[in-house]
Formats: sequence, structure tokens, C-alpha cells
Amino acid sequence: MDFLQNLFSDPATYRLLTIVILSIFLGIEVIGRVPSVLHTPLMSGANAIHGVVIIGAIIVMGQAPSDDYLALTLGFLAVILGTLNVVGGFVVTDRMLEMFSKKKKK
Amino acid sequence: MENIILPLSYLIGSITFIVGLKMLSHPDSARKGNLVAAAGMTLAIFATIFLYHDEQGNTLGNYPWIFGGLVIGTVLGTLAAKKVQMTAMPEMVSLFNGMGGACAMLISVIEYHHNPSADKGMLIVIVLGMIIGTVSFAGSIIAWGKLNGKIKDKAIPGAQIINFILWAALVVLAVMLITGFCATPVVFYGILAVAALYGVLFVMPIGGADMPVVISLLNSFTGVAAAFGGFLYNNPVMLTGGILVGSAGTILTMLMCKAMNRSLKNVLIGSFGNNAASG
Repeated sequence: MDFLQNLFSDPATYRLLTIVILSIFLGIEVIGRVPSVLHTPLMSGANAIHGVVIIGAIIVMGQAPSDDYLALTLGFLAVILGTLNVVGGFVVTDRMLEMFSKKKKK
Repeated sequence: MENIILPLSYLIGSITFIVGLKMLSHPDSARKGNLVAAAGMTLAIFATIFLYHDEQGNTLGNYPWIFGGLVIGTVLGTLAAKKVQMTAMPEMVSLFNGMGGACAMLISVIEYHHNPSADKGMLIVIVLGMIIGTVSFAGSIIAWGKLNGKIKDKAIPGAQIINFILWAALVVLAVMLITGFCATPVVFYGILAVAALYGVLFVMPIGGADMPVVISLLNSFTGVAAAFGGFLYNNPVMLTGGILVGSAGTILTMLMCKAMNRSLKNVLIGSFGNNAASG
């Protein structure tokens, strides 16, 4: 119960909660009328965007004490995986869309 | 002055994600939209590395590790994405999605390892982030294996019952951990194992042709897992990015089903029904 209490009395948490609600509706609105040819590139683009989780990996890595080898190893792995998600995601999306625009020109 | 640059970068990052997604959903602007989002992501990442500090004002350390990870990830990611054949792109997306899920999972593991007796709110965020990240990771790897033919479609007898048991186990273990009734690392890693198993069994029976829909669904899962990271670090750009992908991904999943003239329920449960009928 005190968890719920905290949720509404702590301004920072409350602000985050508001962002969540607004973002949900925004996400729905923003891609509401996407043509079906763009489904896969859009999925891939969204895939790259959730790579933003890398920021969490960077924070956890940067805060790890330098003698905590478990945290350092896992954090290092997390940074690599997160970067793969971001970079790979954006590059693959770009390639898909490149193919798409070439087709259009022909 | 310096302490407004980081929030400002996060704000710009969030805006580029929204604008990027919007542009990605129109044929003419799609490619530019992808670049816009990528630019915002780069800004947010570098602002975090150089400007982030905790409440006591401590900045981040371990730069060699961070940059080492970034370089390795960038090189591998670019090579993999450039080399992959056009026909193999969906499985590549699935693999990258799995990496994101694994990243969220690892963050939760490290946070728990740092502070096993965090307050309830934090534990809820850590555990939920880990569960969703793990399901997404395991599911995406299976989806990847299926798309490149390494894993065959497999009917699992009594899949629905098994999944129900796994769900129940997740809830019981999570409650035990969060209420402090039995808050040991064993329970924590038990949750991780059950979530991984669930991820595997969730994707296993789904037919290969339906895989893009499942990848899209797992994509939105990873988005939600990233958003839990945002809660964990009070980080607005992780939150907006994650939730945007979570909700846009869910809608996209439904649109993809509609384009195939099927319902989401049909895709997810339909295969179980077929198994029952044939077996």
C-alpha cells in the first residue's frame, strides 16, 4: 500500500507516470495510418528505438565499483548488446528503406 | 548551465523518437525519419556518458569499459546489418530485438545484485523489467532460429497448461521476492529461469509464416522492458522511447495481423488449437 502512496505523493514518480500515459496514446496516434508496405521497416525502426535501453546499461556500467567484477562483466556485456540493438537496428532499417526507394525509382 | 544540457538532450532525444516514428510511417519521409531517430539516440547516449551524475553529484566512471563496449557493439552491429541478405532481414531484426531484451535483463540482474534489499517499488520495477526483458530475449532467439530454419515448428502437447503453470510460478516467485517473504538470490534467478522458459515455449508452437507478427509483439515487449529501465533510473528518454515502442509496437502488431486477415488471438492461440485438432 505504501508503494501506491509513494506513487502519488512523490512528484518525480508521478511525473514519470504521466509521461507513460501520454506516451501510450502518442505511440498509438503516431503510427495510426501506416501503409502495409512499411510495416516491416517501421517494426525495425521501432526495434532500434527501444535500444535506448543502452542508456541504462551505460549508467549501470559507469556506476559499478571498479572491483565488482560481476557487475563490470555483465555491464560490459549489456553495453555491447545494447549497442548492437541500436546500431544494427538503425542500419538494417536504413538498408530496408534504401531498397524500398530504389524500387520506387524503377 | 551544465546541468541543463543533459535534460535538454533527453528532451531532444524524446522528440526525435516521436518525429522519427511519425516519419517512418510515411513512404516519402521514412528513410529520413530513421536518421532523425538515430541522431537523437546518438545525442542521448553521448550526453549520458559525459554528463550523467547521480543525486550526490558523482559522475560515471569505467570509461574504458563503456567505450570498449560501444566500439565492439558498433563494429559487430554494422557488419552484421550490412552483410545480411535482403531476405534474411526479419531474422536480423529479431536477433537485434533479442539483444535489447537481454540488455534490459542484465541491467535488472546487476541492479538486484547491487541492492537485493531495495524498497518494494524498486524491486517491482527490477523484477518486471527482468521478466519482460528475458521473455523477449528468449522468444526473439527462438524466432530468429525459426526464421533461418535452425529450429522447426514444434507442437508441444498441453502447451496451454504448461504456460499457465509457468505464469502461476512467475507470479508466486515474484510475490515471494517482492514482499520479502523469501527474498533470496535463488528466487530471483528462479524467476529469470522461468521467464526464459516461458519465452521459449511462447514462440515455439507458432507457425513460421506468423513470425513477423510475433517479432513485432516481442519488439513491443522489449520497449516496455526499456521503459522499466526508465523508471529505475528516473530517466525520461528511456521511458518515452520504451513506452512509445511498446504502444506503437502493439498497434503495429495488430495492423500486421489485420493485413494478413487474421486476429492476434488467432496467431497466438490458433496454433495451439491446430495441435489439439491434429493430435
